[in-house]
Amino acid sequence: MLPGGDDPIRPENETMVSITVDGEPTAGILGQSIAGVIMAGDRLGFRQTARLDKPRGVFCGIGVCFDCLVEVNGLSDVRACQRKAKDGDVVITARDPHPQGGDA
Amino acid sequence: MVASAVVSSATGGRAIQSSAIVIGAGIVGAACARSLAMAGIDVLIVDRSTAASATTARGEGNLLVSDKAPGAELVMAVTAAHRWPGLVAELAEELGDGFPSIEYESKGGLVVATTEDGAAPLLRFAAEQRGAGVDARELSVSDARTLEPELNPAITAAVHYPQDAQVQPVNAAEALLASARGHGARVMQNTRISGPILDANGAIVGIATDRGELRADAIVVAAGPWSGEVARVLGVGLPVLPRRGMVLVTSRMPQRIFHKVYDADYVGAVGSGDAALQTSSVVESTESGNVLIGSSREQLGFDDRLRVDTIARIASKALRLFPFLTDQAIIRTYGGFRPFMPDHLPLVSEDHRLPGLWHATGHEGAGIGLAPVTGELIAALITGTTPPLDPAPFSLARATLAPHLAAVA
Amino acid sequence: MREVLVVGAGPAGLATARAASAAGAFVVLLDSSDALGGQFWRHLPDTRASQNEKVLHHGWSTFRDLSDSLEGSQNVTILRHAQVWAIEVLGDLAVHAVVGEPDGTRRERRVFRPDALVLATGAHDRTLPFPGWDLPGVFTGGAAQALAKGERLAVGERVLVAGAGPFLLPVAQSITRAGSRVVAVLEANRATRLARGWTPRPWQLLGAAGKGIELAGYAVGHIRHRIPYRLGRAVIAAHGVDRVDSVTTARVDDDWSPIPGTERRLDVDAVCVSHGFTPRIELAIAAECGLTPDRFVAVDGQQRTTTANVFAAGEITGIGGVDLALAEGEIAGHAAAGSAAPHAAIRRRRVFTGFAHRIEAAHGIRSGWTNWLTESTLICRCEEVDFGAMRTAASATKSESFRSLKLGTRAGLGICQGRICGRTSEELLCSLNPNRELSDGAVSDRRPIVSPLRIGELAEPSSQQGQGKAHHD
Repeated sequence: MLPGGDDPIRPENETMVSITVDGEPTAGILGQSIAGVIMAGDRLGFRQTARLDKPRGVFCGIGVCFDCLVEVNGLSDVRACQRKAKDGDVVITARDPHPQGGDA
Repeated sequence: MVASAVVSSATGGRAIQSSAIVIGAGIVGAACARSLAMAGIDVLIVDRSTAASATTARGEGNLLVSDKAPGAELVMAVTAAHRWPGLVAELAEELGDGFPSIEYESKGGLVVATTEDGAAPLLRFAAEQRGAGVDARELSVSDARTLEPELNPAITAAVHYPQDAQVQPVNAAEALLASARGHGARVMQNTRISGPILDANGAIVGIATDRGELRADAIVVAAGPWSGEVARVLGVGLPVLPRRGMVLVTSRMPQRIFHKVYDADYVGAVGSGDAALQTSSVVESTESGNVLIGSSREQLGFDDRLRVDTIARIASKALRLFPFLTDQAIIRTYGGFRPFMPDHLPLVSEDHRLPGLWHATGHEGAGIGLAPVTGELIAALITGTTPPLDPAPFSLARATLAPHLAAVA
Repeated sequence: MREVLVVGAGPAGLATARAASAAGAFVVLLDSSDALGGQFWRHLPDTRASQNEKVLHHGWSTFRDLSDSLEGSQNVTILRHAQVWAIEVLGDLAVHAVVGEPDGTRRERRVFRPDALVLATGAHDRTLPFPGWDLPGVFTGGAAQALAKGERLAVGERVLVAGAGPFLLPVAQSITRAGSRVVAVLEANRATRLARGWTPRPWQLLGAAGKGIELAGYAVGHIRHRIPYRLGRAVIAAHGVDRVDSVTTARVDDDWSPIPGTERRLDVDAVCVSHGFTPRIELAIAAECGLTPDRFVAVDGQQRTTTANVFAAGEITGIGGVDLALAEGEIAGHAAAGSAAPHAAIRRRRVFTGFAHRIEAAHGIRSGWTNWLTESTLICRCEEVDFGAMRTAASATKSESFRSLKLGTRAGLGICQGRICGRTSEELLCSLNPNRELSDGAVSDRRPIVSPLRIGELAEPSSQQGQGKAHHD
């Protein structure tokens, strides 16, 4: 992530937003995607896969691969790269759900 | 193998059958082929496309006793329910660990009534089924919600059917095929039938195809909803019609649904001859974590175009059973054609109009579950050995089918 | 007045919308994003705007012209955050969309029954699998672009760009402009192949003036930043524990088979790999449009598909870049509105179509790539199906059916519905088949539900507003 001062493109009028990621308060800039906010904190992996328990994060960045799924405000299956961060968003980067099996 | 002489008499005196052609490489065809091959018959399976790709690949893998009224089909279903676990073990033994899993799950079914009017009929139906030997346990609403905590508390009646089970249908069909191959059967895919080969007595002794003439003592039509078309090409009419169904697939989720759960409308829909859209809700989770949601029945010929209204109805009925599903994502829809018989019974039988021709078709939405018993039944009929159940109700000659046969003659 | 619905607001869709509107039609332009521009003109959001934005983009003034004119036009309605999820062809074409926050719930259902539909849904990167490609820190080229242009985020500090095609150059440029070091750009095709299709120096293209200027800009960027551009070399593995920390590259032959003994290890903290593009043809398939043998949407000289009143423009008719997309869009927009396209647009389309063919000839995927797979390389990322499992299923079932193998292995059944692995699975399963083909005719691009929809949204009665003709706000 570029600090604003160094970026020759220099976005202006940046408003901060505050979200929580797995309970941790995390600052972001209004206009960033949730993926952008997470990755700006140098965290590349934010989902654990169901079968092999491996980390995934952004892969395609444009909403086709669905690797970057997070839970936002209680809603599952949200692509972090497509959803812009809003102040107060509660983001959970859970392990992929997998049925536990078992019958009554 | 030398083809033996065929005595073409409708009243008996069947000669040794040493070879058979099974038309249709779906699960029913595969089961027929396996049973015939295991009986020592030289089997050739022929399909106009690829194996396990049509109706078999477009259902949910239901193995149900719960949706069948007392009668012959229920007898077949109960026989099938007892047969499946043994079959799964046999196939695992034959094919080994590397083979894609059949995912047989004896998960049980829960049928619920969602309206005041629906409660009494459901409980009556269950009582009748109990009389026919089905394990059908009436539950209080609160007991039902112990089995399924997310079930809508507004349900009015519930019956638990521990005998209901589920399989992965494509893998099951491929396993039966692989087993059939192991017993010597051969499979010819992408082969189109153009007509029958008849002997001097008018019996069928083979089929003409775009890959040459194929001869056998017995020709078995197991082409699902296309059985009518195949029969027509072979010179006889069969009143099998396609009945379109659609399924919704959710994204993976933690398991919150534990049985096959469906509303009592399902029973009415299956038994209905109505061509218009019938929907009832069927919801179940799968081993992979996706939830499958059905079901619909429409008579639209072979039209497989997407109908948003149909899937919207399926979705809305599912929410009546499991309100929590409202925020769950649907990632896929698929559908296919069930083979529908006008008198609601499968057809597993010789064709009395054309010696040498047999049928194993017309299972409507129950083909996956009933396939193994169908295979065993047709093999028994063809080889003249003891059938696993009374074949008379499934015969082409049954009274309820007569007017329909006349109509397609 | 004709009503034209345009799906996709990238270069092709924007050009379509402007042309249709200029030709007198009412236009509704849908895009799933909240911004116009598609992938090519992905840019900073309004809340973080920059005066210097144009430095990052090729043709920025073209984009500004297009979007300003559309936003200022009385007979154009732009619907952002509008996700088309199905098309019905039961008589009238019905285009179903939900409008609302991406992947939201209770989004508004809309149905459109336009006089003409123009599909301009673009393409996404096609990245072939390799061992370790599922590690965080491995991205497509498109991801690097989207993050750099849309968020000013660099995917890493020491980045390798690899794959095939001239579009690797703009990717490298975006990354360097986001402040990172691109350690190299690796193109799998060798010089002889590039020369046959094109030229070994793609930035010295003659003939397609616009494209030449665009790529020359990248070349200048390269020279300034001294990024090595290596031909005939590919990433064959990524390594790391929870994120990538190094890659193995190797020389590959004309067929893309790795040449033993040429492996080199490279320390990186991000890898951006694209081997080509997959056109997003699912809506075209839903609308029953015919496809070309190489699976693009078939169109005639008016950008008409085989379905009445349905047109297509941009990457879904062939990968050709922005200039071709703009030309096709202009023609499609006129045709959809019932008027004749200007000769200039037709001429431009001809010129840039030549460019597209040369890209494919020079840069298309070669079959030897399967040699860099190991048994545990994931083919389907969503369902975590590895190459070994696919091999086993194919040989155990001897299946000739893509559908059956898909259902048996679960490859392509995950939430991305085969967008990433579909074509790769088809190729692999065909290569594992004794006849080297699968004959059931199933195609991985067919997706009747084009985007996930919440059950509650589907259960809603068929749209509260927007029923019938598109409404104009």
